[in-house]
Amino acid sequence: MMMFYWISLIVVSIGFTGLLFRLVKGPTIADRVVALDAIGISLVSIVALLSLITETEYFLEIILLLSILSFIGTIAFAKFLERGEIFDRNNNR
Amino acid sequence: MQNSLREERFSIETTIVNILIILLMSTGVIFSLVTALGLIRLPDVYTRTHAASKSSTLGVLCVLTATFIHFWLVEGIFNTQMIIAIAFLFITAPVGGHMIGRAAYMSGIKVAEETVRDDMEGALKERKKRLMDNKTTEQ
Repeated sequence: MMMFYWISLIVVSIGFTGLLFRLVKGPTIADRVVALDAIGISLVSIVALLSLITETEYFLEIILLLSILSFIGTIAFAKFLERGEIFDRNNNR
Repeated sequence: MQNSLREERFSIETTIVNILIILLMSTGVIFSLVTALGLIRLPDVYTRTHAASKSSTLGVLCVLTATFIHFWLVEGIFNTQMIIAIAFLFITAPVGGHMIGRAAYMSGIKVAEETVRDDMEGALKERKKRLMDNKTTEQ
């Protein structure tokens, strides 16, 4: 079973390097933001697999934190790309 | 006799749990790999958003469910934060993909050459006109 978890971790890490390739190469900023979003989600599964391998449940608290931070970062980047500012004070859009 | 029967039942249960975990985990890992493949191969921001939001959500949901089942049924720890994280990821990951796609279109990134039909063609001009109107009313 431990062997299976190691193999899963290696395969997810290969996918992670593919996402890093898109993050470095991506022609536009939106490509890089998409890659960052996918990296945040892939990092969550890497943390889950690490907590399976090291057999502790203490890593599981990081999962919720990472998913929330990744979502907030994505939304902030999307608003920045769309309007050029993150907090807009103009009420009548 | 009874003791050996109980041991056998226990091993069957362990086998079933392991098979469940292996099925879920393989599905999740394969979908994570498909996400990376889509992000590398697809030609366009919008198609890449499609790959990154849907398949990676399914992949991470399967991996987290397998982890949850392992900690619940093998080690006896019922972790509530995992359920919250699964529900949160299920809701927010597609929302993030949608927001990035919309922002990319509104900031004027071109669609790929293979695109057959673009339903939002007029939206950009309309938005620019509205922004200009807002600026004139503010002044």
